[in-house]
Amino acid sequence: MTDASDDVKISCRNLWKVFGEDPHGFLARHNGTPDSAAFAADDHIGAVREVSFDVRAGEILIIMGLSGSGKSTLIRCITRLIEPTAGQVLFEGQDLLTASESQLIELRRHKMGMVFQNFGLLPHRTVMSNVAFPLEVQGIGKRERWERAQEMIRLVGLEGRERNFPRELSGGQQQRVGIARSLAVAPDIWFLDEPFSALDPLIRREMQDEFLRLQQMLSKTIVFITHDFDEAVRLGDRIGIMKDGLLVQLDTPEAMVRNPANDYVAEFTKNAPRERIISAGSIMTAAPAGAAAGQGVAADTRLGDIAHRVLTSDEPVPVLGEDGAVAGVVTRQALVDALYGAQPS
Amino acid sequence: MSARSDSALPDGEAEGFTVPGPRSLVWCLLAVLIAGILAPWVAQQTDLSMMWPEAWHIPIQHWITDFFKWFGNDAGIGPLKVRDITRAISAMMEVPLEVVEGLLFRGLPDWGISPLPWVVVVVGTGLLGHWLGGIRLGLFCALSGLYIAVFGLWADAMRTLAIVLVSVPVAALSGLALGIWSTRSKRAAKGLGVVFDVMQATPHMAYLVPVVVLFGFGQVPAMLATVIFAMPPMARCVILGIATVPADIIEAGRMSGSTRRQLLWKVEIPAAHQTLMLGLNQVVMQTLAMAVIASLVGASGLGQKLLFSLQQLYIGKATEQGIAIVLIAVVLDRLTQAWAYRAPHYEPEDKPWWQRHRHLLVFAGVLVVSVVLARFLPALLTLPKELTISVGKEIDSAVRWFSKNAYDYIEPTRDWITIWLLLPLRNFYLALPWPVVFLALGYAGWRLAGVQTMLLILAMVATIALAGMWEPAMMTLYLVTAAAILCVLIGVPIGIWASRSERVARGVMAACDTMQTFPSFIYLIPVIMLLKVGDLSNIVAILAYAAVPAIRFTYLGLRRVPLVTNEAARATGCTPRQRLFKVELPIAMPEIMLGINQTIMMALAMTAITALIGSRDLGQEIYKALPGADTGRGLMAGLGIAFIGIIADRLIGAWAMKRKRELGMLD
Ligand SMILES: Nc1ncnc2c1ncn2[C@@H]1O[C@H](COP(=O)(O)OP(=O)(O)OP(=O)(O)O)[C@@H](O)[C@H]1O
Ligand SMILES: [Mg+2]
Repeated sequence: MTDASDDVKISCRNLWKVFGEDPHGFLARHNGTPDSAAFAADDHIGAVREVSFDVRAGEILIIMGLSGSGKSTLIRCITRLIEPTAGQVLFEGQDLLTASESQLIELRRHKMGMVFQNFGLLPHRTVMSNVAFPLEVQGIGKRERWERAQEMIRLVGLEGRERNFPRELSGGQQQRVGIARSLAVAPDIWFLDEPFSALDPLIRREMQDEFLRLQQMLSKTIVFITHDFDEAVRLGDRIGIMKDGLLVQLDTPEAMVRNPANDYVAEFTKNAPRERIISAGSIMTAAPAGAAAGQGVAADTRLGDIAHRVLTSDEPVPVLGEDGAVAGVVTRQALVDALYGAQPS
Repeated sequence: MSARSDSALPDGEAEGFTVPGPRSLVWCLLAVLIAGILAPWVAQQTDLSMMWPEAWHIPIQHWITDFFKWFGNDAGIGPLKVRDITRAISAMMEVPLEVVEGLLFRGLPDWGISPLPWVVVVVGTGLLGHWLGGIRLGLFCALSGLYIAVFGLWADAMRTLAIVLVSVPVAALSGLALGIWSTRSKRAAKGLGVVFDVMQATPHMAYLVPVVVLFGFGQVPAMLATVIFAMPPMARCVILGIATVPADIIEAGRMSGSTRRQLLWKVEIPAAHQTLMLGLNQVVMQTLAMAVIASLVGASGLGQKLLFSLQQLYIGKATEQGIAIVLIAVVLDRLTQAWAYRAPHYEPEDKPWWQRHRHLLVFAGVLVVSVVLARFLPALLTLPKELTISVGKEIDSAVRWFSKNAYDYIEPTRDWITIWLLLPLRNFYLALPWPVVFLALGYAGWRLAGVQTMLLILAMVATIALAGMWEPAMMTLYLVTAAAILCVLIGVPIGIWASRSERVARGVMAACDTMQTFPSFIYLIPVIMLLKVGDLSNIVAILAYAAVPAIRFTYLGLRRVPLVTNEAARATGCTPRQRLFKVELPIAMPEIMLGINQTIMMALAMTAITALIGSRDLGQEIYKALPGADTGRGLMAGLGIAFIGIIADRLIGAWAMKRKRELGMLD
């Protein structure tokens, strides 16, 4: 998080969104920082509370949390689909909250794309026309926008369905249209609000693969909402967990699994696939003198990939540093502790 | 609130109440009944009449009449008089009307254009039907047109149609504009909502009076009244349609970088397309209904001919004209509905253009051929009288024969019902002391919906009394009550019957749909034919017009009883009869009450129409106000009907809401 600031795409500073009769008055009455007790005693809802974080260029940031924890509200504030009550949102250094309506429209036309949980397709338009819609509102000529839309449709693998209407497509296909539409303007930053939640598990898996494939080609900056920790781990570089409007912890999956900030986070990570999250490097212990580098593994190897070897061989498995020398070893004990938790004896 | 009614519910149930509800309402009704029965007796004994005292009348009617007279003649700012403005509006509406009439049947001699040959109109409607709804609709449209031509009603039908064709776009566009405005401004939404409520509860006829004062008699005032009348449903549908566009579709539109205008025209309105089209359908149907009734202010067309036939008791002619109106109504309804439900579809671009525009091409072909042929064969242009037919005489003699033979039975029945059932009810209403009415309605309003509703209701009742309309209002209530009771007695069993079998349901619902498209005027024909004139005729006409919602909502209410509930009832060993009375009907009751509510609203609207065949109610007041352009009388009577409707609506609506909440059926 301490990277050079020119690497930061979006930065939220003390962002608040309060719903209720008089949000501004409510904030002012509590000196701008009402606590949970203040919300409990009032009719106001703190959907987003004093949230600050940065999104770095090219990363996939996942926002997680239970239903009603404020995830959707947070990205709607960032994109200013709704007005934040207080705070700051910087987009490439520009303050979004002071941007005029026309500046916002410009930004949305060229820099931002968004995919919606319930697809948000226009029912009266064909697939082609849906995907071309953002280009249409920019006033791009028909021929050009149809060419671009065609390209996007090919990208998400929907060729041949251009003339269909949304209602004629399956859920997975509809979401592909949503994805194609959000990519049509080649946005710098891509917001996805539970894009796969409405899909059944098999299709969801397929769409996740699709998403990773696309991201490899496009390398966008992404804010992705989900409430599925597996999905978060599969897709994300960093994960932020929200609770009652607060951003409780923002970390890499591994750090989160190993050091949950509180019980709430621990509850989320409890059933996480630890063998696919924790790396060998993070649990290695000092190597005994003279350990051979011969069959060592890289430090970022996930435990799942070496578990068999560690458990069946008598020798601890060596872990190699960046320089190729042995940096430590993974012992049976360390592996079992990391995967199943240390047993107090 | 819920605690109170919760406690009322179980013991009500325990006693086997089949119609559950707040007990207070039952008590209230009982009190009214007793008071009503006692009142005439008390009045006789004590010589104390409980009628609203004459001295308390306020001449609101005169004020309004004078105001409109002044407004229409002398009002204005400086040299610009209101009269000039109304004339300008008339002139503006007249131009499109003349063009459409010219095209349809009159011809435009100034431009050297002859009217469209009737064949073209018939075939064109058929093609439109085919394009929108397939071969069956196409055939139906064409055959309806053929009927009108063959029975010699062409020119009159085209006159009526011209009013519709010109009014619909104006009403629809103004409704759209008002609707959009409402979605943009909270204050506009609130204000317009109230205005629409009153407008929609006011019967068609009441609109005619002020229009006549400002615009005179004829087609144009008819059109203006039509536009005003048909606007609210459109605006309502626009508001509803835009409000129900899913939030994420709108957000998607905004995230795509739409400006506000793009959002409205490219996202919200197209996404609300279906609701908007249903609004258009309502506009068309209201327009037609009004175009028929507007014959009362001198609009010529089918309505006028029908009115004339009815007044002269030419039943046969009236039947032919009535059928023509019904056919036009059904054609317009089916066409607009087909358009509304037409899924957007995409014509592949690789098809040659003549394949994509087949209907248009065929129409152009017919047009050219007919116009050319019409030069040699004038029968194509207008069907000569010798080629038209009429079975009016035959129908007349059939009716005469029927009357001679059946009237011996019908008359005694009619008289028996009138003397033993209707007259007591009527006397009951007329003898009701006004304090009892105030108290009962106020109490019901307060218990069911709170102080605000109570005040609203009392204010409305007081207005009716103060304006000196107590007696006609009571007569209206009497007619509506009698009709509503009959509607329930007939409609609810039909609804139950329909809910028992898919096949019956399909037939009954289709019949309901069709009945609802008929302009109310039509129902007078069979009633006069069978019952001649009298209170019972009015009531039966109202019944025929207003029974549909009672049937439909009973059916829907029963259909919405959860399946598990029904299965549970069966599992506890209920007989089908017990299941119906103890489980299904109580659960469906809120829905049924809403149906009865609508029935009452329609019955009220119909009382204004049945005034044509004689009565002493508020409808008659409107009717009488027309020839003398007595605006105050007509408007106040119209508002009186609207107030009765609104009171019934508020009370029943509040009850149904409360009940639904208790049953946990609120969605
Ligand atoms: N327009 C609104 N008015 C009032 N309260 C709102 C509004 N929108 C959201 N909220 C409240 O804000 C809180 C956060 O809602 P939000 O939609 O952001 O949750 P979420 O984390 O996206 O949940 P989900 O996983 O169900 O989508 C909720 O308590 C919700 O009730
Ligand atoms: Mg959400």
